[in-house]
Amino acid sequence: MDSSTVAALLVERGYNVIGVMMRLWSEGIDQEDLLRLDAATSQQFASNRCCSPEAVADARGVSQNLGIPFYLLNYQDDFKTHVVDFFLDGYARGVTPNPCLQCNRMVKFGTLLDKARALGADYLATGHYARIRERDGKFELLRGVDPKKDQSYALSMLNQGQLSHTLFPLGEFTKAQTRDMARRFGLRVAEKHESQDLCFIADGEYRNFLRRNIPNSLIAGDIVDTHGEVIGHHDGLGLYTIGQRKGLGLAVGEPLYVIALDPRRNRVVVGRAEELGKRELVAGQVNWIVGEPPQNEMRVTAKIRYRAVESSATIFPLPERTSVIFDEPLRDITPGQAVVFYDGDVCLGGGIIQ
Amino acid sequence: MNTKSIYLDHSATTPVDSRVVEAMVPYFTEKFGNASSLHRWGQVGLTALDESRRTVAEILNANPKEIVFTSGGSESDNLALRGVAMALRPKGNHIITTPIEHHAILNTAAQLEKEFGFEVTRVPVDRQGRVNPDDIARAITPKTVLVSVMYANNEVGTIEPLTEIASIAKKRGVMFHTDAVQAGGYLQVDVNKLGIDLMSLGAHKFHGPKGVGVLYVRNGTPLLPTQTGGSHERSRRAGTENIPYVVGFATALKIAQGERETTNARLASMREKLVEGILERIAGAQLTGDPQNRLPGHASFVIPGAIGDEMVLGLDLAGVAASTGSACTAGSAEPSHVLAAMGYTADVARGALRLTLGRGNTDADVEYAVNVVADVVRKLRGK
Repeated sequence: MDSSTVAALLVERGYNVIGVMMRLWSEGIDQEDLLRLDAATSQQFASNRCCSPEAVADARGVSQNLGIPFYLLNYQDDFKTHVVDFFLDGYARGVTPNPCLQCNRMVKFGTLLDKARALGADYLATGHYARIRERDGKFELLRGVDPKKDQSYALSMLNQGQLSHTLFPLGEFTKAQTRDMARRFGLRVAEKHESQDLCFIADGEYRNFLRRNIPNSLIAGDIVDTHGEVIGHHDGLGLYTIGQRKGLGLAVGEPLYVIALDPRRNRVVVGRAEELGKRELVAGQVNWIVGEPPQNEMRVTAKIRYRAVESSATIFPLPERTSVIFDEPLRDITPGQAVVFYDGDVCLGGGIIQ
Repeated sequence: MNTKSIYLDHSATTPVDSRVVEAMVPYFTEKFGNASSLHRWGQVGLTALDESRRTVAEILNANPKEIVFTSGGSESDNLALRGVAMALRPKGNHIITTPIEHHAILNTAAQLEKEFGFEVTRVPVDRQGRVNPDDIARAITPKTVLVSVMYANNEVGTIEPLTEIASIAKKRGVMFHTDAVQAGGYLQVDVNKLGIDLMSLGAHKFHGPKGVGVLYVRNGTPLLPTQTGGSHERSRRAGTENIPYVVGFATALKIAQGERETTNARLASMREKLVEGILERIAGAQLTGDPQNRLPGHASFVIPGAIGDEMVLGLDLAGVAASTGSACTAGSAEPSHVLAAMGYTADVARGALRLTLGRGNTDADVEYAVNVVADVVRKLRGK
């Protein structure tokens, strides 16, 4: 519904719009094999969750009604290489990668934007809830006005070249306003499922996905406490995340949490709730949206996961990396996830937690 | 948005000729009868069916009872392969075909192989997509029941040496089917001159309606019906006859075959200009398929540094309808199975572009298309 509304809005504003949908790689099985499965199993394995035939038909229908062309572009290979393999590699190395940021950077605002530009388009417009503001010749990324829908976190890896050719019309609206607009445009606003984070996994269970795809990287090992005492066994580091309490299989009285993954020794380290917090982190591969880091240390708010609450912190930008010190300890700082910095409404950029 | 609209995708489908529409219309309304009914309404329908069958038979130099009307090329292919294979199962379980067939053949053969115990040999093709008849001869075993080789390829336009293959099959007592869906409107369809036992045709490739086709079945060819029910089409294909569409099929085939020589001459001359223009204007572009022995309006290329789908998109925005190869596989990431079989690497095959001319096109269309292709490729190559 979001992209359809964007299309309608831009047509109304007088843009010359071309509708595009990307077919991305998704775990799935042959259509022919799918036909033999019973309803429950076929639902589980329905291929291409991200762009089901129904979704494609909806988008095509909307485009026809708007009188704009519509193309389904196949970026399965790019998505597989840049996003899915990246995701699997991360887990194989014992970190928890965020595929959405990578998809935005490499595929949506990478391959797709490049092709759109090559074919003569000035902008790529998407239904993301974020804003772009041009100031002093620089393009800033701002949060969307709807705090519940803000997607600037997932866009924090974009650069000036990408933002200068991007439009996020919905960033100015709340989800409720978007829904009203969609109604006004006569779009179907059936309560569809929001796009899933892990759109490429058939059953939505990333642990099963890892078992199916990188079984050899899931090596059983020890679960130890913070003193190095072996107190249990794990089935492979990829199956555990920082802060996890359930499913550890430990027969211990008090609740224990995963506080670290140690790929070098193939160990899961657990501890009590009060041992979980950390005040510092170092971010690598940092992207500064305006193209250069702040000159000095800076007070910011920072987000360590898409759904995390923002926390006050001080950042110390170094040439290759940025160190972050939070005012209060955070419980689930997770290597591989992105830490994203904000100055008020402005998203400054972010990096990968080391 | 561009206001030009030049349709260069006639291998995908064609507009229905107005003479065909005119012939069909009465059979939707005043002449709506069921050909199986005894009353006058039924008789009118049956007469139209008989006449259409006779028309088609005459053009094919066949007997009317050898004509089976179907829902289109895919159904004809399915009925031919599955029907002959199942009927001859007591005699043998070996089928010979090629790797460049339409999916209606490929996937039917694959299912017979996977689910019904048949063995399938897919003889190779050369760089131009041509089957060597000697390879067919060598592949035939005592258990071979059917050979199926397409008349002309949809993606690269190459015309296959049907008569040679047919005489080999005949000598060895093996049934020979050809998928003539692409060829039907343009090439010789005399089943006796060709020497084939079964032939698939689909009307929408020669300015007839979609959803109607023919399977020619030579008298005496064993065939187990795949769609059972009433005794329509001499029990070879059950279902109330689709009279308006059958009339449309016959009318379209008659027009196409009647005007064949003049149409082909025009198409071939436009195609020459198109091919020449593309090869001259786009560095590295190559013609795919047989340069001479090809469908008259068919031009297909591989263009390095550009991806098929993206060229098609760019052309569409400029008002030109093209395709990458087969309309039936558009949107799939798999590179063309036809180009793969011809020895093109997946990388090269990704740059496939097909432009297929039809009756409505003009020299000006060709000129415009060449310019647009050159422009789109230049943009996609980032130069």
